[in-house]
Amino acid sequence: MKESLKTTGAPSLEELRNSPGFPTREQLRKGPVAIIECIEEIPCNPCEASCPQGAITIGENITNLPKLDFEKCIACGMCIAACPGLAIYIKDYTYSETMALLSFPYEYYPLPQVGDTVQAVDRHGKYVCDAKVIRVRNPKSNDHTAIVTIEYPKEHFDEVVSIKRIVMP
Amino acid sequence: MIEVELAIVGAGPAGLSAAIEARRAGAEVLLIDENSRPGGQLFKQIHKFFGSRAHKAGTRGMNIGTELLRESKELGIKTWLKGEVCGIEDGHKLWVVIDRNRSEFVKAKKIILATGATENAVSFPGWDLPGVMGAGAAQTMINVHRVLPGRKVIMLGSGNVGVIVAYQLLQAGAEVVAILEAAPKLGGYGVHTAKVARAGVPLYVSHTIKRAFGTDRVEAVEIVELDEQFKQITGTERTLEVDTICIATGLTPLTELAWLAGCKFNYIPALGGHLPIHDHKMRSTQPDIFIAGDISGIEEASTAMEEGRLAGINAACELGYITQEEAENRSREIWDSLNSLRSGYFGQKRRDSKDLMLQKGKEVIK
Repeated sequence: MKESLKTTGAPSLEELRNSPGFPTREQLRKGPVAIIECIEEIPCNPCEASCPQGAITIGENITNLPKLDFEKCIACGMCIAACPGLAIYIKDYTYSETMALLSFPYEYYPLPQVGDTVQAVDRHGKYVCDAKVIRVRNPKSNDHTAIVTIEYPKEHFDEVVSIKRIVMP
Repeated sequence: MIEVELAIVGAGPAGLSAAIEARRAGAEVLLIDENSRPGGQLFKQIHKFFGSRAHKAGTRGMNIGTELLRESKELGIKTWLKGEVCGIEDGHKLWVVIDRNRSEFVKAKKIILATGATENAVSFPGWDLPGVMGAGAAQTMINVHRVLPGRKVIMLGSGNVGVIVAYQLLQAGAEVVAILEAAPKLGGYGVHTAKVARAGVPLYVSHTIKRAFGTDRVEAVEIVELDEQFKQITGTERTLEVDTICIATGLTPLTELAWLAGCKFNYIPALGGHLPIHDHKMRSTQPDIFIAGDISGIEEASTAMEEGRLAGINAACELGYITQEEAENRSREIWDSLNSLRSGYFGQKRRDSKDLMLQKGKEVIK
């Protein structure tokens, strides 16, 4: 059977590219942008109101898929912690000559620390490469959904979506 | 014998919401729950809820629970805890056993049953070993009592309960060895499965548990692949080292009191099986008994709260605290919200089943 969200648990790139919250290759290469991995019609809309730019549209019918207007998105990251499904992150291909940037939601303790070397993983939790923690934000308004920012080598730009959970010794 | 206008059985999301609406309208309410704390399962829902932003979506379930308790306290809703409702007579009289040692009888003009649901079990050799438990039980242990049931867990069932509890077990510090799903497709919301998948948890469709091994407790589990007819495929067995087996294979509505009260039932598998017939007002076939939440069909806390509000508003209306017109207007708004919660890939089936139930209600309830 073909690998898909409903057989492996993680969306395939093909499924994502067919959804309205996933940027095209060109949009991804332009600069920092939000990426919404929400490909199933579930009744949920907090992301829409969280966007100060009005770049996310769901509409009256709350099972509509979130549609992202990539021209309006300024990659502020307000949507990341607002998404109950932890399905939104921000990537920046233009961060440096060799490195890309990823900001993603993280709800495990202990939190990684700035400067830590962590293991970047793909959608199946498979180790892809090492990454460095650049920033950890955990304001009260996020209600315990921390946002971790890592830098990692550009050649792994597409695969990396998170990091391996740091397990307490 | 204590007399009240409205007795509500169950202080979960449905019962609390019903109590708040009815009390706010002016009705005298007695809320009864068998647990030592109100809130039902809300306080173990540490994840952010889906739904509409207008209805607290994005808020963690436990915080919604805190909010409901604050409102019920502000309204001075009388609440009996550790109160097991063991009987119901003449459609109006409740036999309540308090603290397991003393009986109270409550005569109520109206009753709302918001009794919730219980977890389904699955049997296999070794299922009686310590370490085999319902996913909901594991969730209570980690999120309410802060005790880790084990270090290496396998989850049977990939519905939302299975994947959410698997995620919360990871958060609590356990390792989740695998999530098994008997069907050829995973059951839960994709955003939930994606969350555990990227945490490195393998999800296996067309798989189940063949048996559990262990002397004093679970030490390992044998899993097996299933064919399209859900038959085990010999030769595909694999043994995984685990110390905990969580069962998340659906819920069954707790309908005993409705049966006792003589409510008529309808069988709707998609909503959990035998359910008391009810109408748009959440009224059962017993004229003074309303139902709300999982007893009227297995769904989520967000729908349970809306149904509770419906039952509370309509009970208060029949008690004379709200005009017919106001009750109808407010009910319509709630139905709009329920319909939007019951749409899309996951909701439509529930919507269709609910429509069947309401149709039946229309025929049977006068």
